[in-house]
Amino acid sequence: MQPPTSKTAILRDAVGIGLGVASYGVSFGALGVTSGLDIWQTQALSSLMFTGASQFALVGVLGAGGSALSAIAAALLLGFRNFPYALRMSSLVRPVGASKLIAAQLTIDESTAMGLAHEKGPDEAVGGRYAFWATGISVFVFWNAATLIGAVAASGAGDPKVFGLDAAIAAGFVALVWPQFQGPLERRTAALAFLVGLAAISFVRPGLPILLAGAVALVIGLTSKPSVTS
Amino acid sequence: MNLWIPVLVATAGTYAFKLAGYFVPDRFTQHPHFNQVARLLPIGLLTGLIAVQTFADGQAIVLDGRIIGASVAVLLLMRRAPFIVVVFSAALVTAVGRHFGVWI
Repeated sequence: MQPPTSKTAILRDAVGIGLGVASYGVSFGALGVTSGLDIWQTQALSSLMFTGASQFALVGVLGAGGSALSAIAAALLLGFRNFPYALRMSSLVRPVGASKLIAAQLTIDESTAMGLAHEKGPDEAVGGRYAFWATGISVFVFWNAATLIGAVAASGAGDPKVFGLDAAIAAGFVALVWPQFQGPLERRTAALAFLVGLAAISFVRPGLPILLAGAVALVIGLTSKPSVTS
Repeated sequence: MNLWIPVLVATAGTYAFKLAGYFVPDRFTQHPHFNQVARLLPIGLLTGLIAVQTFADGQAIVLDGRIIGASVAVLLLMRRAPFIVVVFSAALVTAVGRHFGVWI
């Protein structure tokens, strides 16, 4: 596939990605209020935390009856991947002064992927730098608007189980992790983490099974011979 | 429990990770295990979340309509369905089955 190089093409992709995450944002807004957060807290996560998987994990653990500490730990562990993203984007985007603070906030899966995809553009104006900002801003706007819609809609919806919302949450996590099952190591990690998480449910406090599943990934990541990736 | 505490503490922490990348030197990424851990950690946590979200009710393991919803999701993802179709179908199938008392 030929990567689009014109500004318009990048912008079109950025808006497309924004629309894509919007569907997920509606789910997040709904999950936030059904997990016991109010609309303001749910919205604060989308604006201030702005990293989907961590947001889902936080409300997922709280909704399952986990402690604040396990919820925070799950969100931080999932948010850790933004650190290598930011390291990479730092040399690509090269923000100066206060724009560093904004670039940091917009550093997520989508903006990083778009930045890398267009890294070798013809010049800075239509290259990775532009793709990073366009995608980051687009996703931020759509994600927050969608969260508000989902939160407002779900706060008047009554019992979430009647609408199958609890199953939608499980399905959402499956869809979120699915594209990451790229190689045998990824699939082995997923299978083992799933089994450990499942086995731990009855034996440890809510929230901890998720952290144990994360620990499985950490051990596998540290002990396996690193494979060559981007 | 005031839920603003986990919301704001976790927000500060995740932002610190993002910000750190713009202020520390690039040497970190040279470590071969670093990127591998960064790649596998979300996979482990998210599959752990799937296990809990599908089977747990507090500390009990419950088999209910959520398994049907998650299975629908897997089938649709194998057929490369888009995200919104996956989530909506999972909710719909689970809700309809519950309505007619096929599962709880």
